[in-house]
Formats: sequence, C-alpha cells, structure tokens
Amino acid sequence: MIEIRFHGRGGQGAASGCTVFADAAFRGGKRVQAFPMFGVERRGAPVASFVRISDADIRARHNIYTPDHVIVLSETLMDTVDCTDGIKPGGTITVNTAKSPEELGLKGDFKVYTVDATRISIEHGLGSITSPIVNTAMLGAAAKVTGQADIELLMQCIREAAPSKPEQNAAAAKDTFDAITP
Amino acid sequence: MKKVITGNHAVSYGSMLARAEVVAAYPITPQTQIVEKISELCADGVMDAKFIKVESEHSAMAACIGASAAGARAFTATSAQGLALMDEMLHWAAHARLPVVLANINRSMAPPWTIWTDQNDTISRRDAGWIQFYCESNQEVTDSVIQAFKVAEQVELPAMLVLDSFYLSHTSEPVDLADIALVDKYLPKYQAKHDLDPAKGHPAYGALCNDEWYFELQIKMQWAMEKALDVIIAEDALFGEMFGRSYPVVEGYRADDAEYLVFVSSTIASTAKDAVDRARAEGIKAGSAKVRLLRPFPKPQIKAIARGKKRLGVIDRNLSYGSEGAFFTEIKSCLYSEPERPEVHGFIAGLGGRDVTVDTVYEMIKITASRSPETDINWQGAKLA
Repeated sequence: MIEIRFHGRGGQGAASGCTVFADAAFRGGKRVQAFPMFGVERRGAPVASFVRISDADIRARHNIYTPDHVIVLSETLMDTVDCTDGIKPGGTITVNTAKSPEELGLKGDFKVYTVDATRISIEHGLGSITSPIVNTAMLGAAAKVTGQADIELLMQCIREAAPSKPEQNAAAAKDTFDAITP
Repeated sequence: MKKVITGNHAVSYGSMLARAEVVAAYPITPQTQIVEKISELCADGVMDAKFIKVESEHSAMAACIGASAAGARAFTATSAQGLALMDEMLHWAAHARLPVVLANINRSMAPPWTIWTDQNDTISRRDAGWIQFYCESNQEVTDSVIQAFKVAEQVELPAMLVLDSFYLSHTSEPVDLADIALVDKYLPKYQAKHDLDPAKGHPAYGALCNDEWYFELQIKMQWAMEKALDVIIAEDALFGEMFGRSYPVVEGYRADDAEYLVFVSSTIASTAKDAVDRARAEGIKAGSAKVRLLRPFPKPQIKAIARGKKRLGVIDRNLSYGSEGAFFTEIKSCLYSEPERPEVHGFIAGLGGRDVTVDTVYEMIKITASRSPETDINWQGAKLA
C-alpha cells in the first residue's frame, strides 16, 4: 500500500485534489481511499490531506503517520510545518517552488523533487499572480513522482472535477508531469 | 456504476436510489454535504423528492413524521446535537410506528464543542424505539439506506443508519451505486397500511390512550423489534442475491478457529481486520466480530460466535457514564444465559475522534489474549496521569 500526504493551505484545494488523484488511481485499477485532515478548515491556514492506494482492499481507517510520498503545494508552508515528518525511508517529498532540490536544504532518508507549479498555473490562467490555483498542477507532479496515477486518466479526472477551465487545469498537470524526472 | 465518493454522498445517493419522496433536513457539521447533495439532486430533477427546508432538527423529524403518516417515504440526516434536538420526535416516530429512515453521523456530544466522532449521540438514543445500523464502509452506507427502508416499512418501525464522522463522512472511496431499476425491484413503492387520510376513515393518530391499552402497544413495539432481526437477515440475504453484497448482523473475521475474539463496530471493524492479521502473524489465534446492529440486538448471533472462545474483548467508541461501554454491557448480558461464559474485556477507545489505529486495536487483542480482566473499563489510547 502506498500512502501520500498533501500539505496545502485552506482554500488551496489540497483535499479536493486528493480525491481527484484517488479517482485517477481507481480508474487505473487500484483500490483507493482519500480523506482530508479532519478538522475545521480556515482559509490560508496550513492543512493536510491524504490518499491511500493499494492493489488489495484498504481496511485501515485511521490517519496516515508515515507517508511514502509528500506533496507540498506551497513552499512557505515549510517555514511553519514539518512537511518531512514521518516520511518512510526511501520516500519522496515534492515541493512547489522555483528553487532546486539542493537549495531547499532538506535532510533525511528521502528524495527531494521541486517543480514551479505556481509559474505553470499562472501560465495556464489558473488563479492570479497573487493567488494562483496550483492544486491541479501539483497532481501532475504527484502522478510522476509516485507512479500511482496514469497521466491521461488523471487529466480526464481533472477535467471532470474542475469547476471551471477544465482544459487549462488538465494541461497544467501535464506540464508538471513532464517537468519532473524521477 | 462505481464512483469515488464520500460517506456523506453515499448517504445522499442511497436516499435517491431508495426513492425517498420527502426529505426534511437541517444542516450540521459533519452531515452538511448530505443535505447539500440531496437538495442539488432534487433541484436538478435527478431525484424526485420534495425537499423541505426547516428551522431545526426537531422540525425536520416532525416534517418526516407528517410525510410518513400521510404515506410518503420520508428521509432525514443529522448528527450529535441535532439528533439530541430531535429526541422528542424520535420517540414519536417510533411510537407512531412510522418507517422514517435517518442517517446520523456519529459526532461526540458537546461541550466541549467538538465535531469528531464517537457513538454517544446514538447510544444515548438506544431506547427510542429505532432500529440502529452501524456502518463500516461507504458501500455499506449506501446499501444500508436501501435496506433500512425495506426493513422499516415491513416492521413499521423507524430506522437509523450510523456512520463515523470524518472516518467515513468525509472519506472518499469507490462505491458501487446500484442500478435504480434493480433497486425498484428490491424496494417497491411504499404502501402505508394506515395512511393519514380522512377519506379512508383514518383522520388522526396519536390521540390519548389510557392504561387500558398503552402497555399492549409497547409489547407490540417489542414484537416488531424482535421480528426486525429476522427481517433484517432475510432482506440482507435477498439483497446479497440481487446486488452481490451482504452485511451479516454479526460478521466474523478469522473468527471460526479463533481462541480470542474482539467485538467491534463501525470503522474500527475495518481497521481491526489488519490488527487481527498482525496478531495471527505473531502467533496469537485472534479473530474479530463486527456487530452491525445495536437495536434490535443480535443476541443469537453474538452467542453463536462467542461459543467456545477462550476470552473475549469488546471495543466501545462510547461510554455510558457510571457504567461502561454500551456494546460491552449488551454482549455480557446476552452471554449470561450460556452454559459456558468466557471472560470479557471491556475497552473504551477513540472518544472524541481520538485515532484508533491498527496498533491500538492490536494492543487490545494482545491484552485480551494475555490476561484476565481486572476492571470493566480499559481506557485505550487515553492520556492518563
């Protein structure tokens, strides 16, 4: 079983992104479970959400403490939240930033990936420069790093779930998918 | 058709598939998504039901009672404080023998203000005369809405299905939404025996009843509850034939050859299977038994699955203050008449949404397997000074 944790800010769409990602994995033949950090969400406050993906039935119904992969929607979260907490040895963390993995200076038994999802989202007209919508872009990165969702299925799930600009959201995911080389 | 949906939306689609005709509900976290989705389905014309906005949960149940008395299939959903506010009307629906179906998201009672899960909101409604189903997965949620109407309408008692806040309500997973034409075959249109209709000579119900007949009416409620257990089993069997999914009233997991058995309910029943597998891998002959019903309580099935076990454990995500966990009491009570009575551990875990992990359940299995009970309550995962 693969466990993924998304870090975002309230209103950024980390929770709905997890459901879309799970949906794509499900359509690819996997068993899935997606859930938000259970709580009261405030716009801008740090939040987390989770996905379990497995070939067998998923019976564990509790929080995820040791994720295989971590996806960080906003680099500024790293100042206040320990986004690397509990990552399984040999796991990964993927951060939305213009910096290189080395520049982030993260230390631990995990691989670090970076992608400038903010720039890509703005290029596709998703949100604004001050408030870009990066969740769909980061799903493309997640698909590449985790290998758990087929990019075409993911793009289809994004198109169906996006409240507006379905093609632009799907294209942003494709761009981040292509931008990362695991 | 399989879709990845939340437990809340599993409730909404369940009520749509069951062709609820009247839905009266008031939103409350963590149930709000249920009401939002039903109102959307009604507004879009996908669901042919009258959606009634009300000013409180008390009014929601009052509206359901009126609709059900008039012969309509009535549905509502609530949680915790909302269920408590409904209480007077809950008793009314049961005593009026109206097959209203209600989905309750198990949320802990306040104060302190909380939205996380435990079962005290429904456990404390145990004696209101409602059938209570405790659900383990989103699939069971959808299917239980349909089954609940089928059973309630036969035995003329209301039924509630119960699901954990967040651990089911906000968790997305694949759900097979049944073909509505097949559901129509399983659950035909509701035909009330005595609908409130002056033209048929049924102008009013609930009038004053003195001591001449009240007692006997209570006995009839008890008989209906006893019958409900058989009806639930029969209707689940039919559901299994038609839809390929079945939910036994007591469901064992690796229970047959187990020496130590833990009783579980709701989402903990799911997590417990992983814990049982771990215990087995470590040489502990453990099993688990999911209890789907609190009322009617499945006494024969509890006795049967407990027979011959070396020791039992009961995991309660609830607390009857001054006594112990509610399922613990029920299970001990029905084993009292057995010729051989195994020792029973009572565990209380997960109150207020405290996470119950595979580790937590495994710990309880180990305690059950390793020693005799010393107290009626083992607090699991609590910070004790």
